[in-house]
Amino acid sequence: MNRKYLKQAPYALLVALLTLLFVYPFWWMVVNSLNSSAEIFGVPRLLPTSWAFTNYLDIFTVQPFARHYLNTLAVAFVGTAGNVLLAALAGYAFARMRFPLRNAAFLLLLTALMMPIEVTIIPLFFQMRGWGALDTLIPLMLLPIFGSQGAFSTFMLRQFYVTVPNELEEAARIDGLNPLGIFLKIMLPVATPVLSSVAILAFIAVWNTYLEPLVFISSLENFTLPLSLTNFNDTYGLPQWHLQLAATTLSILPIMVVYLLFQQKVTDAMVNTGLK
Amino acid sequence: MKQHSLKANHRRDAIIGWAFITPQMAGFVFFVLLPLVSVFLYSVQEKNLLFGTSVFNGLENYRLLLADPLFSNSLVNTLIFSAGVVPLNLVFSLLLALYLGGGKMGTRFVRGIIFLPVVTSGVAWAIVWKYLLQGGDAGPINWFLSLIGIEGPNWLFEKGWAMASVIVNRVMKNLGMNVLIFMGAVLNMPGDVIEAARIDGAKRFTLFFKIKLPLLMPTVMMVAIVTIIGSMRVFDTIKLMTDGGPEGSTMVMVYYIYHQAFRMFDTGFASALAVVLFLIVLVLTALQWFSRKRISFYES
Repeated sequence: MNRKYLKQAPYALLVALLTLLFVYPFWWMVVNSLNSSAEIFGVPRLLPTSWAFTNYLDIFTVQPFARHYLNTLAVAFVGTAGNVLLAALAGYAFARMRFPLRNAAFLLLLTALMMPIEVTIIPLFFQMRGWGALDTLIPLMLLPIFGSQGAFSTFMLRQFYVTVPNELEEAARIDGLNPLGIFLKIMLPVATPVLSSVAILAFIAVWNTYLEPLVFISSLENFTLPLSLTNFNDTYGLPQWHLQLAATTLSILPIMVVYLLFQQKVTDAMVNTGLK
Repeated sequence: MKQHSLKANHRRDAIIGWAFITPQMAGFVFFVLLPLVSVFLYSVQEKNLLFGTSVFNGLENYRLLLADPLFSNSLVNTLIFSAGVVPLNLVFSLLLALYLGGGKMGTRFVRGIIFLPVVTSGVAWAIVWKYLLQGGDAGPINWFLSLIGIEGPNWLFEKGWAMASVIVNRVMKNLGMNVLIFMGAVLNMPGDVIEAARIDGAKRFTLFFKIKLPLLMPTVMMVAIVTIIGSMRVFDTIKLMTDGGPEGSTMVMVYYIYHQAFRMFDTGFASALAVVLFLIVLVLTALQWFSRKRISFYES
C-alpha cells in the first residue's frame, strides 16, 4: 500500500506543478481584481484582502468599457456568422458542384490559409482608408469572414461535404427543391457539427484579435476589448492595476464559459486547426 | 437538340456554382490577393503615410533595409525568440503528451488546464504575466523565488531576462495545443510494436528514442514547422510585455513592421520588411507541404 502511494508521488508532484503554472495566473488575476491598487503587489495571497467589488463597477466609469464590450460582441457575432455562412456556401459548392475553374479557385483560396495578416496589414490599412472604413468596426467584421479564418472554415466544410452521401441531394431534387433550397433546407442542417466547430474557432479568434483593431481603430468609442484592456491608465498615464485586472477578468469570461461548457468540442476543433 | 440542352445544363451548373462561391472569392480578392500584390508594389515605392507620398523608387527600400542595423537586429531577435520557443515547446509538449497518453493520474484535469491559455487572448495572458514578473520583491514570481533564497531579476527590464520572459510566456500560451496534437499521435502509435519491443527487453530510454520517437517523427516535423511559423509572427506578447525593449532587445520583425509603418509612417520601407516576412513564411509553408507529403507516404 505504502509503495503504491510512493509510486504515485512523482505524478502528484507533476500535477501540482502544472496546476501552479497554468491555474495560478488566472487565480492571481481574479483575486487581485478584487483588491485595491495598493494591495496588489507584495506577499501574494490566496484570497482578496479588501473584496473591492466596486472595481467591477469602476471599470465602466473610467472608460466606456460597456461600449467596448458591445463592440467586441458585435464584431464577434457578425464576423462569426458571416464566416460560417459564406464558408458553408463555398465549401458546399467546391465539394459537390461542377463548374469551370472549380479546382483552380479552390487552390487559390487555400493560399489564404498561409497568409499572415502581418504581411497584408499595411495595404489593408490603405484600402480601408479608401473605403472610408477606417476607425469603424467594419474591417474587424470583414477580415474574419474573408481572411485566413474564412479560408480555413471553407476548407473544413468542403472536407465535410465531400463525405455526405448523394442520396440526400437526389431526393431533394426530385422533391423539386432548387439549389439554394437544397443548401438551406438539407445541406446546412446536416453540417451542424462542423458548422459549430468552425463557429467556435472563429468566435475565439475574433474575440482575441489585437493587431487589427490596433491598426484600424483610433477613437476610444470604437475600441474592442484587447485595446480597452491596455488603456486603463489614470490621468497621469499610470496604470490602474486593479481596474485593468477586473476588466481582463471580465474580458476572458465568455471564452472561458464556452471552453468549460464545450471543452471536448473546443479542443477537438482547435487541434484540427493545428493539423490543417 | 439533346446536345443543346446538355450545353444549357452545363451553363446553368456553371452559373449556380459560381454564384455559391462568388461571395467568398470576391472577399478573398479584396482581403488577401490584392493586399498581397499591393505589399509588393508598396515595397518599391517611397510611400509615406503622413505626407501621402507614393513615388516609385526601385529597390531603394531593400537597399536601406540591408543597411539598417535595426532590421538585422529585429531579424536576429526573431530567430533568438524562435530558437527559444520552438525547442522548449516541442520538448515539453512531447513529454506531457507521453505522460497524458499513458493514462496516468489526473489526465483529464491536466488536459483541461494546460489548454486554458490557448483559448485566452494573448493580450490578457500578457497583461497577467506582466504583473507576475514585476521586479524587486513586488511580483509574485520573485516572491516565490525569495522563498528559496533567490533574488529574482527585474524580468522585463533587463536584457536577456526580458527575452527569456517573453519566450516562456509564449511557450506556456501555446503548449496545450501541441500537447493535444501529440497526444493524438501517441494514442495512434501501434501498441503491438511497442509491446514487442518491451518484451524484447527494451528499456524506457531505448523504447522512447528507438521506437516511439521515430513513430512520432512525422507529427513532430509538422508541429515544429507550424510552431516556427507562429513564432515568426509574434507581436502581441512583445508589444504588451516589453514594448520591444529594453534597448530593442526584444524588437522582433512584426513589431518592427508595425513600428515603421504606423509610428514612423514609412509604409514603403515597412512593406519591404513585410515582403521579407512573407518570403520567410512562404519557405516554411513549402517545407510544411513537403513534410506533409512524407507523412501521407508513411501512412499509406
